[in-house]
Amino acid sequence: MKTLKTYRVIKGTGLAVAGISALAMAVGAQAATLNIVSWGGAYSMSQHEAYDKPWMEKTGDEIVNIDRSGNALAGLRAQSQAGNVTWDLVDMLPADAMIACAEGLIEPLEHDELLADAPDGTPASEDFVEGGLGDCFVASIVYSNIVAFNSDMFPADEQPSTIEDVFDLENYPGKRALLRKPINNMEWALIADGVERDEVYAMLETEEGVQRAFAKLDTIKDEVIWWEEGAQPPQLLADQEVAFASAYNGRIFNAMVTEDQPFEILWDAQVFELDGWVVPTGKLDKVKDYLHFATDTQRLADQAQYISYGPARLSSSELVSTHAETGIEMTPHMPTHEPNFATALQKDDLFWADYNDELTQRFNAWLSQ
Amino acid sequence: MSESPAAPLRTADGVPLKVSLRRAVRRSKIKALLLVAPLLTFLIIAFVMPLFEMLWRSVDNPEVSTHLSRTVAALEGWNGESLPDETTFAALAEDLREGQQARNLGLLSSRLNYEKSGMRSTISRTARRIGTLEPPYREALIEVNDTWGELDTWKLIQRETSPYTMSYYLAAIDRQLSPDGEIITVPEHMQIHATLFWRTLWMSAVITGLTLLLGYPVAFLLASLPARHSNLLMILVLLPFWTSLLVRTTTWIAILQSQGVLNDVMVALGIIADEARWQMIHNKMGTIIAMTHILLPFMILPLYSVMKTIPPSYMRAARSLGGKPFLSFRRVYFPLTIPGIAAGGILVFILSIGYYITPALVGGQSGRFITNYIAYHMQTSLNWGLAAAIASILLFVVIICYLVFNRLIGVDKVKLG
Amino acid sequence: MQQILDRDEEVAAQADSSDCFVRFIDVQKSYDGVELVVKGFNLDVRHGEFVTLLGPSGSGKTTCLMMMAGFETPTHGQILLKGEPINDLPPHKRGIGMVFQNYALFPHMTVAENLAFPLEVRHLSKDEIQRKVDRALAMVRLEDFGARRPAQLSGGQQQRVALARALVFEPDLVLMDEPLGALDKNLREEMQYEIKRIHASLGVTMIYVTHDQTEALTMSDRIAVFNDGVVQQLATPDTLYEAPENAFVASFIGENNRLLGEVVERQGERCQVRLDSGETVTATPVACGEVGTRTTLSLRPERVAIFDHSRQDELDNCFRGEVLEVIYLGDHLRTRLRVCGNDDFILKTPNAKGHSALKPGQGVEVGWSWRDCRALDA
Repeated sequence: MKTLKTYRVIKGTGLAVAGISALAMAVGAQAATLNIVSWGGAYSMSQHEAYDKPWMEKTGDEIVNIDRSGNALAGLRAQSQAGNVTWDLVDMLPADAMIACAEGLIEPLEHDELLADAPDGTPASEDFVEGGLGDCFVASIVYSNIVAFNSDMFPADEQPSTIEDVFDLENYPGKRALLRKPINNMEWALIADGVERDEVYAMLETEEGVQRAFAKLDTIKDEVIWWEEGAQPPQLLADQEVAFASAYNGRIFNAMVTEDQPFEILWDAQVFELDGWVVPTGKLDKVKDYLHFATDTQRLADQAQYISYGPARLSSSELVSTHAETGIEMTPHMPTHEPNFATALQKDDLFWADYNDELTQRFNAWLSQ
Repeated sequence: MSESPAAPLRTADGVPLKVSLRRAVRRSKIKALLLVAPLLTFLIIAFVMPLFEMLWRSVDNPEVSTHLSRTVAALEGWNGESLPDETTFAALAEDLREGQQARNLGLLSSRLNYEKSGMRSTISRTARRIGTLEPPYREALIEVNDTWGELDTWKLIQRETSPYTMSYYLAAIDRQLSPDGEIITVPEHMQIHATLFWRTLWMSAVITGLTLLLGYPVAFLLASLPARHSNLLMILVLLPFWTSLLVRTTTWIAILQSQGVLNDVMVALGIIADEARWQMIHNKMGTIIAMTHILLPFMILPLYSVMKTIPPSYMRAARSLGGKPFLSFRRVYFPLTIPGIAAGGILVFILSIGYYITPALVGGQSGRFITNYIAYHMQTSLNWGLAAAIASILLFVVIICYLVFNRLIGVDKVKLG
Repeated sequence: MQQILDRDEEVAAQADSSDCFVRFIDVQKSYDGVELVVKGFNLDVRHGEFVTLLGPSGSGKTTCLMMMAGFETPTHGQILLKGEPINDLPPHKRGIGMVFQNYALFPHMTVAENLAFPLEVRHLSKDEIQRKVDRALAMVRLEDFGARRPAQLSGGQQQRVALARALVFEPDLVLMDEPLGALDKNLREEMQYEIKRIHASLGVTMIYVTHDQTEALTMSDRIAVFNDGVVQQLATPDTLYEAPENAFVASFIGENNRLLGEVVERQGERCQVRLDSGETVTATPVACGEVGTRTTLSLRPERVAIFDHSRQDELDNCFRGEVLEVIYLGDHLRTRLRVCGNDDFILKTPNAKGHSALKPGQGVEVGWSWRDCRALDA
């Protein structure tokens, strides 16, 4: 905490964060109200259905959802520096959690003490997927960054099947929609260029590797529409503005199942990633019961009824059933489903913690060339 | 002046005139002060303090000196030619151990990572294993992470011991300090800010020019029409003010996008082919169109307020003296509107270089402003020092504009209707 | 006096001919299509003449001037300049000098630049411009002010610059729109003579608009009295004063005693009017109707005399009155009386030697000649 005190307290800086958190404080002033920060949209809905509703029924607590996970780290910093933390529980990416943890913004967690055992008695520390438990982090889902395509835009016998096809303008013409960030794109570029999966990040640490990735991206740069909001790729695919689009697999699943869109997911070279909970410093006592409940085996399995993200607990997989709305079997749509998972790449959070600033600047410079 | 100290002027009851005057004025001064006090307080808290906070942050550099205090002390006098000695490594190990216990190494590692990618994981990995390390620390630390064996790492730490740094400003103009402390340009593939500054400035200039071109005739009409017509026109001018910025901007998206109204109309009329729809948004054009529209009133109002004070008889006089309409306008009317042009121009230009939402929504990649990078560094990369440095440079540009304007035209000429 | 009158009749005769300099023919103007601001204006101005359009504000006089200058278009009728219709001629092609009420000197130019403007747009050579500007400055006695800005000049100096600028390009016609309205009284009188002097020396035609009757009477060859969009009377200053043709002109120009009554008898150049208060007055019928119609009698205060038996033949109207108030005005006395039921009957008497002042409340007998008493419209 010494660190934070050496910084002078910001009062009334132009940060919108402060205003929004003040608002959140006003809303959540009562004792049994939990201010939970998440991503909004379909994802928050699935959390609401799987965790919040049963919890509210059980305890009578009120849960306020705040859609601020997109800037969760900045929000935590600002609240901490202003000396007024109003968020009780935050859904964030493990890379951000690592930084927040190092800055002392969030609580270190004793996993076996805080979290429920698996139904068969396996302790929590052994029941999560690899990397699912960080110093200050508990994963709840495995989601995946994939490339999807609109099957109507290719002849039935010439459907794309690998990540190389995304970079093959000759055989698979059309626009591509990609996330306007270096993350995923750099990995895919190298894999499509023939780099082995387990060498991708080592390669990206070298100047040669970065140049190789950009060179590969250069081959399709003119055909790329860059997206920034998760809702854009399914829309662009549906409008046939693009042939391929990188996306979060849950969004594509949603469009395929509930809107009946002719989309297909290229599971090849999916970059999977975890997402889960962190507890802002000083809030552990307030939220530990909820955290225990929301991360147990059944709750994580339940969440898969609403969105096609894999549960982060190994013991939940067997309990994954059918889609709540349409009743289709969920397992084949999960990133962790065996055939889908064969060529998967796990996002290296440590690499991106080190190189994101530099590569983002370089990526932006590349874009504006 | 003429009064001597021996015999100051006195009022009828013998009080010195100056004392009496001061007493009489004091009450009205206090009253005036009380009247402005709420706004003054508000401005100090909400404007002046954050401004200095920002300027402070752009040079503030406490991380290394605070969190590596022992290392910094041990590095004093280090020659920088070979790796530091064991004492320094031991000091580093001690600093990291303390930092790991207090869990406050995050800001340090972020700070060093700005200067040298990889420092974040170097510090976090080393810190995680610090408990298991045994002397001699020099070998042990290099064993954990060979970054500690690089001379540049130590040069960097030594350089950043100063509580103030220029590196944010350097980064803001695509420069950096080499390990040897020289200012060098960052590699071309990393250059982004200088380009954006120039783009922001010239696009703002284009937007200012367009608002002038479109606003001048409107302001002229406003100033010369009889009141009942000009009131209606004024409402039309002000209408954009009453509509939310976001609504206006998204309306432009609906109109200009490739499947949008304008393209549809042109395709329907056969002006362009369906495959060759114009890309008018998510590029520079989108930013320029939307911002010209949004900023137009800021040009029209100062122009109008100046034009309103120009009696119609000047133009009539010029015409009756034999001036053709355009010549009369150029020689007589136009010179008289220059204060309005300057006021509107400076206003639109300054607002424009600070715009952020509109370029973010309709600018795509090529129509982005430097302000979008301030937001990016505030919210996403969380490099607030760099955000503050860019914002301070922008502030500096605005102040220069203001000073030039004040020198040429005089700020007292600015009126807003 | 008689001589001047003769000359003016001659002038009027000439103006009727077709080669007159400026001519308004049945000009009408309406701004809103509902109301006429100018209703059928006819005017002929001879070359070199100084004509004033006089009237209260809103009477249409300025509108006529603006139509002449080309800033307003007549809704109906024609304006001729040197015999040519100019309705469709833009202002800058008319070659008419104009002096505006607020002078309209260009504030961003020096005095010399202001004066040079009309010459530059006519593409005169630099030397010639210089020469003409210097001459114009000398004419208005501002030789040393060429380098100043208008804002650095006094009101009177600005006025002279405006005059010089309107004349510097040697127009045949100069229009002036209340040019002296912003000046104080002394300066205004000085400028009246100045303008008169310049007019005389240059022989330029001037049309002058004012609402100040003294100004109009001092400066003009002829005056057109405006009211309600119509010219009430167009005549020389003395004719307007001595022989107003209607009640408006009589009351607008100079002071005027009004007596209301009904015509009871008309015989040749006299008529008998029975006042509302019962008395019968002999008057000159000017604009009154037949027997039985109402009329306003107009009588100048200085033409009323205190009854004196030596002038008995002359003063054919004689009535008793009562002094209500006496005001001493130095060169003359102004006495307010009650005569024929009128409490505002004014009597102006010169402050002649040995003249005995009247006292309020005192009874007095006053009289006037039938020639001075004009029976006008009701």
